[in-house]
Amino acid sequence: MEWGFWLAQALSGLAGASALFLTAAGLTLVFGVCRVVNFAHGSLAMIGAYVAVTVLPPLLAWSPSLPMFLLGVLVSALVVAALGAVVEVLILRRIYRVPELFQLLATFGLVLVIQDGVLQLWGPEDIAGPRAPGLGHGVPILGERVPAYDLFLIAVGPIVLGLLTLLLRAKRFGLLIRAATRDREMVAALGVNQALLFTGVFALGAFLAGLGGALQVPRIPASGGMDLPIIAEAFVVTVIGGMGSVPGAFLAAVLIGLLQAFGILAFPKITLVLVFLVMAAVLMLRPQGLLGRPEPPARGAIEGLTVIPPASPLLRAGVVFAILAIAVLTDDYLRKVATEMLVLALAAASLGFLIANAGIVSFGHAAFLGAGAYAAALLAVRAGWPMEAALLAGPVAAGALALLFGAALARMSGIYLAMLTLAFAQITHAVAFQWVEVTGGDNGIVGVRPASWAADRLSYLLLAAALILPAIWALRRVLSAPFGVLLRAARDSEPRALALGLPVAAMRVAAFALAGALAGLGGAVFAFSRGSVDPTLLAIPQSVDLLAMLLLGGVQAVAGPLVGAVALHGLKDIVMPLTDLWRLLLGVAILLLVVVFPRGLAGAWRRS
Amino acid sequence: MTRLRLPRRATLLALPALALRPASAQPARGEPVRIGELNSYARMAAFAVPYRNAMQMAQDEINAAGGVLGGRPIEFLFRDDGAAPSDAARVAEDLLTRENVAFIAGTFLSNVGLAVADLAARRQRLFLATEPLSDALTMHQGNPYTFRVRPGTFMQTRMLVEAVRGRPVRRWAIVAPNYEYGQSAAAAFKRLIVEAIPGAEIVAEQYPALGRPDAGPTVGALSRARPEGVFNVLFGADLIPFVREGQIRGLFEGRTVLSLLTGEPEYLLPLGAEAPTGWIVTGYPAEQITTPAAHRAFFDAYRARFNDTPRLGSLLGYVTVQMVKAMLDRAGSTDTEAMIAALRGLTTDTIAGPVTMRALDQQSTLGAWVGETAVEGGRSVMRNWRYEDGARHMFPEAEVRAARRL
Repeated sequence: MEWGFWLAQALSGLAGASALFLTAAGLTLVFGVCRVVNFAHGSLAMIGAYVAVTVLPPLLAWSPSLPMFLLGVLVSALVVAALGAVVEVLILRRIYRVPELFQLLATFGLVLVIQDGVLQLWGPEDIAGPRAPGLGHGVPILGERVPAYDLFLIAVGPIVLGLLTLLLRAKRFGLLIRAATRDREMVAALGVNQALLFTGVFALGAFLAGLGGALQVPRIPASGGMDLPIIAEAFVVTVIGGMGSVPGAFLAAVLIGLLQAFGILAFPKITLVLVFLVMAAVLMLRPQGLLGRPEPPARGAIEGLTVIPPASPLLRAGVVFAILAIAVLTDDYLRKVATEMLVLALAAASLGFLIANAGIVSFGHAAFLGAGAYAAALLAVRAGWPMEAALLAGPVAAGALALLFGAALARMSGIYLAMLTLAFAQITHAVAFQWVEVTGGDNGIVGVRPASWAADRLSYLLLAAALILPAIWALRRVLSAPFGVLLRAARDSEPRALALGLPVAAMRVAAFALAGALAGLGGAVFAFSRGSVDPTLLAIPQSVDLLAMLLLGGVQAVAGPLVGAVALHGLKDIVMPLTDLWRLLLGVAILLLVVVFPRGLAGAWRRS
Repeated sequence: MTRLRLPRRATLLALPALALRPASAQPARGEPVRIGELNSYARMAAFAVPYRNAMQMAQDEINAAGGVLGGRPIEFLFRDDGAAPSDAARVAEDLLTRENVAFIAGTFLSNVGLAVADLAARRQRLFLATEPLSDALTMHQGNPYTFRVRPGTFMQTRMLVEAVRGRPVRRWAIVAPNYEYGQSAAAAFKRLIVEAIPGAEIVAEQYPALGRPDAGPTVGALSRARPEGVFNVLFGADLIPFVREGQIRGLFEGRTVLSLLTGEPEYLLPLGAEAPTGWIVTGYPAEQITTPAAHRAFFDAYRARFNDTPRLGSLLGYVTVQMVKAMLDRAGSTDTEAMIAALRGLTTDTIAGPVTMRALDQQSTLGAWVGETAVEGGRSVMRNWRYEDGARHMFPEAEVRAARRL
């Protein structure tokens, strides 16, 4: 009896692994060739599922047979492939030269656009797909009933792996894909039509995403919220397997599938964390993933900025004046918005410091904003600390967390580093979300009140400005101090910096801790302004917002983070009340910005 | 900064309602009573759009019949809360500060509701939470400015447990989404089932992550414990995979299944012809309800106007506006303290029957329909249902006093 159970559980895990592999294979191929981490890959899978639930019922009504089902799945995947080609030609083609991070951001813009698009086309209700004819029953195996469709899926994974391997080994297209994965510039130098190659690979990736989504339809309904969970798991699988490696993705998918099937028996409450913990562990042991190659050194990933002019006294006076004007002249609502803009500006500035100077692309910076906010809120509400002490505890806690993460990340670089920051942020988020006893779960902690002297919005805005503006300016000072100069030296040439005897790893950890602590200060200020904290503060969208602010303001511009925070927060504030389609507008705005102003608003201003 | 105004569908759609108004009543005139309604219209559109539809319908009917406070019309300002606490708190602040609303209402997600409730307490303004289910809202994180319309997690769990009181089903398995709602429903179930069924025990618990159910392994783990009954809290996109896997693997065969919210049209309709039969669920069998008669009128009017069946959101939106009117009639003004005083203990004749806002925890006695799932004519429906008055399932008074430190 028990044996049957273990076998059934393993088969469930393998069926899940096949589905995971299909989406992850597309992601890893696209990354290997185009070097674009496509956040919208999960959205493409979602479209595949929606197309499948649309085309399958009429097809099956006409002839309820398995070949008809497979035809419908294939049609869905082809529709998504065509859509992928269009997306590549219209958008991605224009941003291959933009820094990686902003590509990631642009694809996140796409995620937002697709979310609203799907909602408009298919409506808000979940749509359950038909079961596959002939595969809807359970197959008795050792006294357990295993869904026949699971067995079918288990077969599909290796078949697709085999076909992909054949394609990559035997065809000229595959040869070019492999060559481009190894050395993109060399392939270009040999006169290969890169535009066509990239479009083809992206369409193939989209096809696999669509296939993965369409094949899931008999198991899970098409729903508007399925994109982010799919992409999060596909990221994990891709990173564990080694980015760009298709067999690696398969291996990792099997690992994750089995981990989930058996992990829930031992740890029913922490499956979310478990997956990311495994990812973090694998990356720390093998930074390039199971079957990945070490990344080629990034060529001009972010243009070096040699001298950073300190913020001019005039600009500083202008900012102070603007805040005083808002504080005195406007209403409580604008004061609150201004306080939030300051907080976000500090968080964005600390992120910009990491990206532009330490070369650390953090995709989970909201973890530190959230850690600061949670520390302050927990101490103020649960332990009864006064506001002043709790405000100080925010940066200390976030700095300590950043120190911990930084130590784990110090020897990594590039896209794996970015993915690992994402994994750490997800672990932090999962802890806040699922550890209900301490953090209050998704309800968070409410009743975080400022001290009586700072209780009104005017005083609190002034307090926030008094804490945050000096912090931003101090960060600027660090850039021109020896520490900042040496950081940039290590960023531009790690071997030379090491040869000079610089403690590169320790410097990076210190930079990480500093940036984390400052974001944590912002979080603590945020907590008392909002009055409550909750896990959305440290979720992926919040990290994306911070990156979007940097993008808007420009990483290289002095006033960048401030301009970006004001622009994005202001935009949300104006657009959200106007329309249900604000995600669409926000997504389009992000896409336009990346395509039109890769240097950001403030950057564009400086150039003109 | 000037703020653009959304052209309100409400004003356009008001015309047919005006045409239908009784000849005797004068339509409302004068300064409108503005009410800020924030909800997740984009993220939770399946619930929130029917909810907004019904609110607009109720608003138009009230205005056509003479309005409130001596002939003033009511005007709902619908805003998206972004499905995130920080956005919601900002939108609420905007409504209170700049739009000059009398009070705020709405919210869907519990965390959003709690954040807005906290803001209401801080600003000392009335907040009528309509949908969030968390017990925290009326219990240990309750505040004097926040009232809730829907029956909370504890109340709905209790309705289900009462439905199996005394049955010889002792071994129970729990499956719930891993976040506050799922965990508190599971906690309420554990506490209530041992009172209702002597000797009941929990033999398996599974908490899949919200939005990514591993249905196969989850069902496998539950079956392994050989339970006699299953308490399910999964809903929405997590429910369908659980149902399919459970049916294929025989998890539900010969077992009693209690399932929260599954009977709500928002979750029942997507199941199509696949609803598991005989599950005991809470929900809303809209098209079958004949009493009170006003519900039938509401049902017909809603269908006529929106060419769609009302969802649970529609019922809630309509009941909420009915309660708002009764509150304003009793308060006689839009002064916050007067409205709060009026709302405490207020009984309203709604389309779901009389509903009282219990003063102690500021929780309404709006109930839910408890029945069994069935498939008829290719659609999932509720059968053998009855309306469970919320008044019978609320938290004991002593417990409320302890939690709210009264």
